[in-house]
Amino acid sequence: MGLPAIPIVSDLGLDETAKRLTSEQIADVVNRILDQETAARFKVYMKTCVHCGLCSDACHWFLSNDRDPRFSPVGKVKQTLWEIIRKKGHVSPEFMKDCSRIAHTECNVCRRCSMYCPFGIDIAYLLLVVRRICHELGMVPQFLQDTVNSHAVTMNQMWVKQDEWVDTLQWQEEEAKGEIKTARIPLDKEGADVFYSVIAPEPKILAQLIGNIAQIMAVAKVDWTMPSLDGWDNSNMAMYSGDFEIMGRVERAQYESALKLKSRRIVMGECGHAFRGAAYDGPKWLGWREPPIPLIHAVDFYHELLTTGRIKIAKKFETPVTVQEPCNIVRGRGLGQKLREIISMVCEDFRLPEPGLEHNYCCGAGGGTINCGPPWKTSRVKGNRVKAEQLAATKAHIIITPCHNCHSGIEDIIGGYKLGMHVKFFSEILMEVMEVPDELKC
Amino acid sequence: MYQFVSGPLVWIAFAVFVGGMVYQFVTMLRLAQKDKVIYPYMSLKYSLRSLFHWIIPFASRNMRARYEVTIVTFIFHLCLVLVPIFLLAHVAMFAFAWGVKWCVISAGAANYMTLAVILACVFFLLRRVMLPEVQFVTYVSDYVLLAIAFAPFVTGFAANRQWFDYETTIIIHMICGSLMLIVIPFTRLSHMLFFPFTRAYMGSEFGAVRNARDW
Repeated sequence: MGLPAIPIVSDLGLDETAKRLTSEQIADVVNRILDQETAARFKVYMKTCVHCGLCSDACHWFLSNDRDPRFSPVGKVKQTLWEIIRKKGHVSPEFMKDCSRIAHTECNVCRRCSMYCPFGIDIAYLLLVVRRICHELGMVPQFLQDTVNSHAVTMNQMWVKQDEWVDTLQWQEEEAKGEIKTARIPLDKEGADVFYSVIAPEPKILAQLIGNIAQIMAVAKVDWTMPSLDGWDNSNMAMYSGDFEIMGRVERAQYESALKLKSRRIVMGECGHAFRGAAYDGPKWLGWREPPIPLIHAVDFYHELLTTGRIKIAKKFETPVTVQEPCNIVRGRGLGQKLREIISMVCEDFRLPEPGLEHNYCCGAGGGTINCGPPWKTSRVKGNRVKAEQLAATKAHIIITPCHNCHSGIEDIIGGYKLGMHVKFFSEILMEVMEVPDELKC
Repeated sequence: MYQFVSGPLVWIAFAVFVGGMVYQFVTMLRLAQKDKVIYPYMSLKYSLRSLFHWIIPFASRNMRARYEVTIVTFIFHLCLVLVPIFLLAHVAMFAFAWGVKWCVISAGAANYMTLAVILACVFFLLRRVMLPEVQFVTYVSDYVLLAIAFAPFVTGFAANRQWFDYETTIIIHMICGSLMLIVIPFTRLSHMLFFPFTRAYMGSEFGAVRNARDW
């Protein structure tokens, strides 16, 4: 068909695994996963898809790669599952390498395509089945596998050790107390209204976000706590590598930690994929229809603080802003409207992206794709040109996004396409504009 | 030959069609138990909400974006289902066999509707050949399935117009029609059965669990 060659990327996680796999091993794993772990959804989806290609326009990878059919959602299923099934699992290790490239690095499992398929086929789920097969074969990009290993060992994503965690919280408490007299980070407080959880990059590289939340909680007079032991990290890269056993462990640890502290609800920081793991994929695997205690995302929480007047705005943020709506809370929880409302409450000049809400394009980093690391960055940024065009069209200076994945992904796109914009979390804007009563000021 | 295709073959086709559909339906229900999220997530309200947005032309974003496909697809499916059921010649055969009859569409309407199905098939074929994203995911079986849907209509049209020897044409027509009925449950044409269920599940997951719209 004359399509350009896909650049070869060297990734030890794939290259080394391919050397030791045999076609028989692959067939064993494929048949076990397809027989034992898939049922009605998978079988019916495979029988129902009429190969119409109508899902193509949903995918930012397809649109950004000049409508290259290998990047359309159904094109990805064709290059992976259809072939695997046609050959009854007897595919080569090299073929499985391509499967991992496609499923792990060229699909953000953002689920936009399931809104474009006339039958509502959950194509992202099909790609997750491919990831599951890849995981069982050990065919996972090295950087992504490292985060999973970290989860397995430390229950957090970035090898944060126990003493580092507590030390970071104490450090950030000191910082916050320097601004707001009553700012505290209460550890292991029983019966608090809010169990606040973060993802590991916060203590590791963005510790000031924890200090910020301590100040916001103090101003809003929220009864909150954080756990000193495991269960504080709500991110879940195992969900994306296909290691569902680890995924289940991570989610269970968080809920058990909150239950042990008798917290009334879990509020999670600004992260979309973490929310997905805790709200859907984790509970699904664990056999829970709903999480055992209420779980809300930061957007919901800030909406509550702002609409009930617990946080007041001193002066609205004046720089023009737009929003990157995270798939996992907008398509995943319908928080699009609330997100727009809180931004409107704190920003003077809010420019809406088009398409928006449930139809917003993914940041290109989600679904574990950014965690596949530097080897895959070039293709990831190339694969989201439409996002750069969408953001540039708003002519905003700041992009607000309540998600760590989106934050990093959009930073990469800004750099790659020289947009000259900046990304901020909502809490960073809130810190600049919220009214701090005089008696709380240091 | 005519006796066979207009008698036993048609009954065999109907039996396989109905039996096959029941088999697929029961298999789906059984497998849905194994897929532990399906029954807990299913919601009548959100199933209907989703179906509503996907059986009304242009009620979903992609249907508006791909308006030409939407128009052709709706006309195609409507005619494909209505013509065989309400065609005078078909109703008459049931009336002879069972003594039951129902309303019919006029010969003129049937002609235009059949023509619509034929033209829609040509559209689908061109789309498959010309659009890279469709061509890329096209197997030989996709052309075969399209031909299977096309054949009863084009042969029926030819028979009606008496372009060729009537008896031969009508025998081919009945074989094609029977073939289509027989393959529906066992091929991708089974989306006829599965469409409401895949849609309902996705509608339920989006609506009841994820609090979002799926159109």
